Amino acid sequence: MTEIPPMPAAGNVAAPVPRAPGRPRWAVVGERLLEWIIRLCGISAILFVLGIFYFVFAKAAPILLDKEFSLTEFLFSTKWYPTSEINVRYGTLALTVGTLAVTLLAMLIAVPFGLGAAIFVSEFCGPRLKETLKIVIELLAAIPSVVWGFIGLSVMKTVIEKTTGAPVGVNVLNGGIILALMSVPIIVSISEDALKAVPDSYREAGIALGATRWQLVYKVLLPAAKTGLLAAVLLGVGRAIGETMAVLMATGHAVNVPTSVLDPVRTLTATIAAELGEAPEGSNHYRVLFLIGVLLFTITFVINLAADLVIRGIRRK
Amino acid sequence: MTDGPTNFIETPFVRRKRRAESLAKWVFLAMSFAMVVPLLLILGFLVARAWPALSLDFLLDPPVRGMRAGGIWPALLGTIYLVVISLAVAAPIGILAAVYLNEYARDNWFNRLINLAVINLAGVPSIVHALFGLGAFVLAAGIGKSILAASLTLAVMTLPVIIASTREALASVPRSFREACWNVGATRWQTIRAVVLPNSISGILTGVILQVSRAAGETAPIMFTGALFFKAVDRGDLFAYGLLEQCMALSMHLYVIATQVPGVPEAVPYATAVVLLGAVLLVNATAIAVRVYMRSRKKW
Repeated sequence: MTEIPPMPAAGNVAAPVPRAPGRPRWAVVGERLLEWIIRLCGISAILFVLGIFYFVFAKAAPILLDKEFSLTEFLFSTKWYPTSEINVRYGTLALTVGTLAVTLLAMLIAVPFGLGAAIFVSEFCGPRLKETLKIVIELLAAIPSVVWGFIGLSVMKTVIEKTTGAPVGVNVLNGGIILALMSVPIIVSISEDALKAVPDSYREAGIALGATRWQLVYKVLLPAAKTGLLAAVLLGVGRAIGETMAVLMATGHAVNVPTSVLDPVRTLTATIAAELGEAPEGSNHYRVLFLIGVLLFTITFVINLAADLVIRGIRRK
Repeated sequence: MTDGPTNFIETPFVRRKRRAESLAKWVFLAMSFAMVVPLLLILGFLVARAWPALSLDFLLDPPVRGMRAGGIWPALLGTIYLVVISLAVAAPIGILAAVYLNEYARDNWFNRLINLAVINLAGVPSIVHALFGLGAFVLAAGIGKSILAASLTLAVMTLPVIIASTREALASVPRSFREACWNVGATRWQTIRAVVLPNSISGILTGVILQVSRAAGETAPIMFTGALFFKAVDRGDLFAYGLLEQCMALSMHLYVIATQVPGVPEAVPYATAVVLLGAVLLVNATAIAVRVYMRSRKKW
């Protein structure tokens, strides 16, 4: 099979702008106007991303100037007493650790299963089963996070309490399993793309040497697609860190540095969702919650940027 | 490949290789189904628990007795309002943005920046979108907590969904179609209107449908921008909410009755979850059906 060179985007071709002799003036002007509107919509994504950062940061900024507030304490203290009368403390370390614990557990489950499913879908199964599985995975991705949270709160909670004997069934384990199920679809679909992007000539060469499909997978495809698989994992991590409703309902809501998977925790996202409604507008507590928003925005921004660079690197190759 | 008849002597090496192959196949098969099967069981369980409460009255009645009985009509109606308004805002912007990215943009640093922005917009946590909606629409723009503010927040959040799938649809229209149109003297926009958009309508439609499903299920972005715990609405009343009023929403309602209200009969939250889930999956199934149907009659 010969490689078909990729088609350049339509935008790369010099625009033909013929001057139709009989076109009414309003049509020409109208078209100009419309093209400016299209350009404006085109840059809207940039405006929105900047807008998100600006508005969230603007609400958080006054706290940074407050003499009582220390950024070091915000990042590295585990004392989160936002509504205390005598000893107000805004340390988010316990929340960050909660987020990391749940995300880590979710990835420990989702990465092997997601990669396994991607390998199965892309290399081992027939076209009909492949279509069906892809549709099921797509539907899995569509389930709203509040429904996942409800599943955690009603079904998983009972299952965990019965099987492990934990006093509370909403904990790191519960949140981790729910988040794993939520981030598996994105891992599967990006990994499958990465495997599909490995040229068929690699496969043909492997088969010609007498490799079985499994040997092909672990000796040829996985090494060849490893950066794409890394991007898939990164996007899964991003999804898990940013998830709000499911972890709010399934992780048990205790500000706590967990020592086992059966401890309840609280994440950064869940803290904002739970406390913003009660914090008076313009109070320090309110501003600190926006500062947590800035922190989350920064974390996910870096992760997405990294994933994008990885994917772009592959495409260039 | 390995299943065919073998006419050579099987060495232990070949046998081991073959065994590893079939083991790998079954392990990967099991991994794929390990995600699907428990999920189906859970969904079945939800429906079974919800069954006693599900009826047409459940959809059309307002909740009564502190949301412990009755139906979900005000929440259902609120979700419809939010989805329709956010769609009306996000669809034109998203489709035109995709037109820009695919038809006008050259491959330079600025447009790479736009791409990066789209990817990041999709990756921003939903609760940060909520903070943005609160800061920008509710407070800075002075709209106040309302259906409008919540819908705008949802629109910003779901924009990448529409951009991504519209872009993919536009990119799948062959270049030769455009060139043919340019050659008969059409301008760039005339070509887009007459050739590119009609030929990619199914993909655009899929994106729009997916936006609806995403917007209907989100909770965090509307929590602080316009969703309300409870509002009294008459049975089946279609015009209960004004644009600048707050409203109930299905996703928010599920969160509230599952966590905030004590003593709700068990079947009610299950039934609410099933209605929300059913609506979202139905919308997604429609998108898939549109895609499959259109692909089957694609002309090129």
